[in-house]
Amino acid sequence: MDEINSRFFGNASSIHSFGQSAREVVDQARSDIAKVLNSKPSEIIFTSGGSESDNLAIKGVAEGILKQVQSLSSTRSGDDNFKPHIITSEIEHHAVLNTVKELEKERKIEATYIAPGKNGVIKAEDVERAIKPNTILVSIMYVNNEIGTVQPIREIGKLIEKINLQKQEKNKKTHTSYSVLYAPNSSRIFFHTDAVQAPEYFDLNVDYLHVDLLSLSAHKFYGPKGVGILYKRDGVKLKHQIIGGSQEYKLRAGTENVAGIAGMAAALRQVESRKSKVESISNLRDRLMTGLLKISESRINGSIEKRLSNNVNISFKNAEGESILMMLDQAGIAASSGSACTSGSLEPSHVLTAIGVKPEWSHGSIRLTLGKDTTEEEIDKVIEVMPGIIKKLRKMSPLKN
Amino acid sequence: MQYSKEVEEHFQNPRNVGEIKDADGIGEVGNLRCGDVMQVFIKIGKRQTANGKQEEYISDIKFKTLGCAAAIAASSMMTELAKGKSLDDAYKISRDDINDSLGKLPVQKYHCSILSASAIKKAIDDYRRKY
Repeated sequence: MDEINSRFFGNASSIHSFGQSAREVVDQARSDIAKVLNSKPSEIIFTSGGSESDNLAIKGVAEGILKQVQSLSSTRSGDDNFKPHIITSEIEHHAVLNTVKELEKERKIEATYIAPGKNGVIKAEDVERAIKPNTILVSIMYVNNEIGTVQPIREIGKLIEKINLQKQEKNKKTHTSYSVLYAPNSSRIFFHTDAVQAPEYFDLNVDYLHVDLLSLSAHKFYGPKGVGILYKRDGVKLKHQIIGGSQEYKLRAGTENVAGIAGMAAALRQVESRKSKVESISNLRDRLMTGLLKISESRINGSIEKRLSNNVNISFKNAEGESILMMLDQAGIAASSGSACTSGSLEPSHVLTAIGVKPEWSHGSIRLTLGKDTTEEEIDKVIEVMPGIIKKLRKMSPLKN
Repeated sequence: MQYSKEVEEHFQNPRNVGEIKDADGIGEVGNLRCGDVMQVFIKIGKRQTANGKQEEYISDIKFKTLGCAAAIAASSMMTELAKGKSLDDAYKISRDDINDSLGKLPVQKYHCSILSASAIKKAIDDYRRKY
């Protein structure tokens, strides 16, 4: 702590020289991160992590629009009954899913939850079909955190851009530019993606992806825990969620986590250099998958092709996930069942349920993820110990295989 | 999940796992939807008490459980508590008896002690219905 404080002592908002050198650290980090995302530095908002970024993006857009509508309806042609519509998917992280559900419960918005295909992938045409005149936001994750399936973000982004252009054209024909301002139904649809799982493997270029908002969490790319980013395209109006000082363009009050921000920028700069390792990780992952599938009554959850290179999510019938994990842990192997955030809840994973996995399979699912330092020996150890674990548990089970 | 030493130990080395082919009573609880399925098999013996009366007791007990570590440990502990007890005493084994003997389960796993306590009651009910 002393070391960190001596390097990052000043408050980045202070005038004195300690403060100014902290400011420089934050500014440098912001422009380094902007470079990776192909954005402007002013479009980067530092947060405490992925969950906060998701909250700020979704609640920020929804409440920002509601505020606008309210102030209009108190003057004149605003629409009192306007209720914004948000589209998201059934397989989002809880930071997105529960935020949308809460806004819905508070009757601030209406929501559509898109069901994925059995392969765990959302179809762009399903998003298109769900769009209504009052849709203000689409939030679809880049890569699913449980089953690793990759969503067609660029395709959805281009689709929304096309629809926004059509809206604009239509408005030009039917309204004067003055009245457009007072017709929230014709406002632009914003596109948010929770990209927390993506940086190690996928393109984060926001223009290539055609996204307006993008959430990242530093510890998912070997940065420090407790710090993250929300990318917000110029022109997207957000209502702040943390009130106080004017940090982060008045969108996120609070003294900057200078050390965390510096660490995050350094980690993100290194991501590109690791992308060459993707192929070897994916080969190891395939070796693991093939090895484990030799166990009878086992199967992979989610698409194998459209999948993060480091993720295995596998179900064993007639063996329970947590018991498998405990036995793996005894053998020195760390895995998780469902997502780490939901362990302790008794419900089967909402992601597995959404892709149609039946309870007898979903309760026996575990997720193994590989990292940059995972070795072939480690993979072979898992393949070696797993059959014995499953056999032991099945022997104890009252159900017949 | 933070488990006690007792839970860890019973999970790694569960007691009385298996089936009794000619069981006198069988109790089955839980379902796949909630993720835990528990089966208990009991064999009933007769013995003389100190005051000369005949009593029925659990001479053998086995279980099979599909579930989390807590469910397996709770089943194992329940069979240990029940083995050798008179039927009346075994029937009185409570969820808290099991939970306490396990050095307390995490709150969200407390239902596993409820499940195993009702499994032994069901097995005894099954025996009493038949004989």
